Order: sequence, then structure tokens, then C-alpha cells
Amino acid sequence: MLRIKSDQKQRVTLTVNDKTVSGFAQPRLLLTDFLRHELGLYGTHVGCEHGVCGACTIIIDDVATRSCLRYAVQCDGMKLRTVEGLEDVDGTLNALQKAFNENGALQCGFCTAGILMSATKFLQENPKPNRDEVRDMLSGHICRCTGYEQIVRAILQASGQ
Amino acid sequence: MKPVAFEYCRPDTVDEAMELLAEFGGDANVISGGLSLGAMLNMRLVRPTALIDINRLHELADIKIDDATAMTGALVRQAAALKLPGVMSGVPLLAKVLPWVGHYQTRSRGTLGGSAAHADPSAEIPLTLVTLGGAVRLRSPGGSRDVPAQDFFHGLLTTDRRADELITDLIWPLRRDKTGYAFEEIAQRHGDFAIVAVAAEATVGNDGNIADLSFGLGGVEDRPLVADTASYIGKPATMATAEEIAATVAEAVDPMVDLQANADYRRQLVRVLGARVVSSAFADATHSREAA
Ligand code: FES
Ligand code: FES
Repeated sequence: MLRIKSDQKQRVTLTVNDKTVSGFAQPRLLLTDFLRHELGLYGTHVGCEHGVCGACTIIIDDVATRSCLRYAVQCDGMKLRTVEGLEDVDGTLNALQKAFNENGALQCGFCTAGILMSATKFLQENPKPNRDEVRDMLSGHICRCTGYEQIVRAILQASGQ
Repeated sequence: MKPVAFEYCRPDTVDEAMELLAEFGGDANVISGGLSLGAMLNMRLVRPTALIDINRLHELADIKIDDATAMTGALVRQAAALKLPGVMSGVPLLAKVLPWVGHYQTRSRGTLGGSAAHADPSAEIPLTLVTLGGAVRLRSPGGSRDVPAQDFFHGLLTTDRRADELITDLIWPLRRDKTGYAFEEIAQRHGDFAIVAVAAEATVGNDGNIADLSFGLGGVEDRPLVADTASYIGKPATMATAEEIAATVAEAVDPMVDLQANADYRRQLVRVLGARVVSSAFADATHSREAA
């Protein structure tokens, strides 16, 4: 059994985008805040902090999910993928990111990191989704700029359709 | 928003979880997926002294299917249940309901047991359990007990669970012969909290009459309900009967009022969605009888 007192700072070590990293966290520290303020990975955005907007979505142990509803201490030893790890090996945008760029699928970009991470996992599970399936997946994100249609097109384009 | 400071406890066995519950009692919250509790913590609607994280209690992720029931461990993720052919074919109402529970990014982590523990009156999983006449298994240091779903949900976010108890399983009755299932809900956006959700399990005899009916309502009162439809047993399983049932039930309920809808609108949804769901359960039952 693991017990961490409320004011105790615990070392948390995890793998982010294939690199082992570590930092310190009290139990109440959200994973989003740990990524941003402890590890300096500002790509993961924070909108609502209660699971509704989807901005903070990342991939944790192969599952696309909300990082604002996780505490850093829960994630010790886990493997995370964040938007910083999406680029191709040569440092250019990957196919999904390019499709977002080409289709005008972002304006302010606040929602984008979360949607990219959801779409990454979604396309691994369902490589040729239809439009309705993409829209259903996108219902877990709020975008106040685009009206979603461009995002749907970008995801379909990235799936080669 | 950030939660209050709490002690973090991560048991490795159910027995350790029992010790922690005994130690903290009502001052601790049990966290599984955290999709509901995480939001409550971050908004400080709950201020626990300790958080008991059961995510590493792998024994709670088991699924057992026997002749009459499917038993899903409290930690079974909603997305995982959707991928289990045994659960999906054995409990067809759950298969219809799960795609409506939250979103792709929340079902991946949210658990069946967590939804029951949270007891949101509009949540689909509690509604399904109540409609099917399922049960919740709870464990305490004194042993286990099974509580029928109808007695488990007391009201808004309130259940029969005592402070020293842990939900270990949900118990789902398997599909029955000549029986059909249907579900519908209205929400502002797909995946949001339902304004009203309705579910039905209907058995139709060879004579085309209703042999059994369970008509469940979520989001209407402060807990999921099964409407009293006893007087309709033996009546013809037709659209007209379904409309009559839904209209009668809509008059009998005492709907909640919130920012999303007033009582009249909720009654109207019970009437319209109810008629649709009861009649499609009849049709599904007739279909399953003819296929048999
Ligand atoms: S910040 Fe996590 S869902 Fe909005
Ligand atoms: S691009 Fe601005 S919120 Fe989506």
C-alpha cells in the first residue's frame, strides 16, 4: 500500500513521449499542473478543470483521457503521450497536424492539443472512421472557434479519406 | 479549480481498502475512474481527508457470467465493457446504453461501478441497472451484501452504501426469452447529462400480449425509477398501449426542475420518448420470439 500525507511531496517518475522524466507532487496536484508547471510541458491546455471541455486530453497508458481528472501521484510509472510528442522524427508536423493546418481546423488553438491527442488514439483504434464516428468522438471536446466542420474534415483527410 | 489537500492512499488489495475505509470512514472518498469524483474534488464540492485510489485492485476488474447473471467488477471501464461480446450479447440493454454514457474520452477511463457509486439521477448506468432489476454488491470488513438496485439509489448522489463499504460488483440479469430492450435519451449535446432518459425491458407472449414490462426513467426524479405498469400486463403489445402507458406514467411522476428543463417539459419527454421506447421494446421482443 502507498500512502502520501497531504503536505508531503512525493517523487513522481513517468515516461512522457518516450523520455523518462520526474518531478515532485503533493497528492492534490493535478496531472495537468504537473505536466505544465513541474515538467514545463505547456502544450497540454487547461480549460475547465472538471472534465467537460477536453482541452487537457492526453494519452495515458494507451488510453485517451482527461488529464485534469488525474492526480500526478496516481500516474507514477505510467507512459504518457502529449502533443509535444506528435511531430515526425525530422521535427516537422505529422500527417494529422498537417491536415489540421491545411483544413483550417484551428483558430485560437486552445482546444487543439486535446483534439489532436484524442484523434491520434481514435485513428489507431478506428483507422477508417466515417463522418458520424468522427463527430461522435469530437463530442468530447469543446471548440469555440471553428464550428467543428473543419476539424471533421481534417481528421477524415488524415485517415486517407 | 483545485481540490483541497488530501492524503493519498493506494491499496494493493481489497483487504487493504477495507482497512482504509475503517480508518477514515465517511472522511474518505473512493476514486476509480475519477470522471465524476475528480470534477467534484476540483470544484471542492467534496472535501475529503483522504482519497482511496482503487485503480490497482485488479481483482475488481473481473467479469463473471453464469446462467442468469453477468457480474462486472466495479473497476470495469465503460469502454472495456463495450468491447466484451459476452456482456454485450448477454445484457443487450447495457449494449444499447453505453454509447450514450459520456464521451469517447471519458468512457475510456470511467467505470461501471463508479457511475453507480456517484448516483447522478440522470446517469444511464444506474438507470439500466434499475430497469433490469440488477443489484450492487458491497463489501465491508463484516462481509458482503447484495442490494437490489431499486433500493440502492436513495436520491441525488446518495446511495445505500455505508461509509465502511466498497462497491465490488454490479450484477446484471441476462437477457430473457421473448424479451425486448430499448433505450433513448434527450440531452443538449450527445454525451451530456440526459434531461430525460428512458429504458424498457418488455416480454411479449405468443398471443401478442404484454407478459412482463419494466419501464425505467432517468433524469426525471432524484433517482432512477421504475414506473408502475402492473395494470398493463396482459394488454396487447401495440403502439397504442405504449402511448397509453407513457401518458399515464408522465402524469404520475414528480419531475425535478433545473436550468435545463421545467417539469412540464420533462413530462412531455416521458410521454414522447416513453411511447417510443416501450413500443420499440415490444417490437424487439416480437422479433426475438420470431427468431427463436
Ligand atoms: S480541462 Fe480537462 S476537460 Fe477541461
Ligand atoms: S480553435 Fe479556438 S477553441 Fe478550438
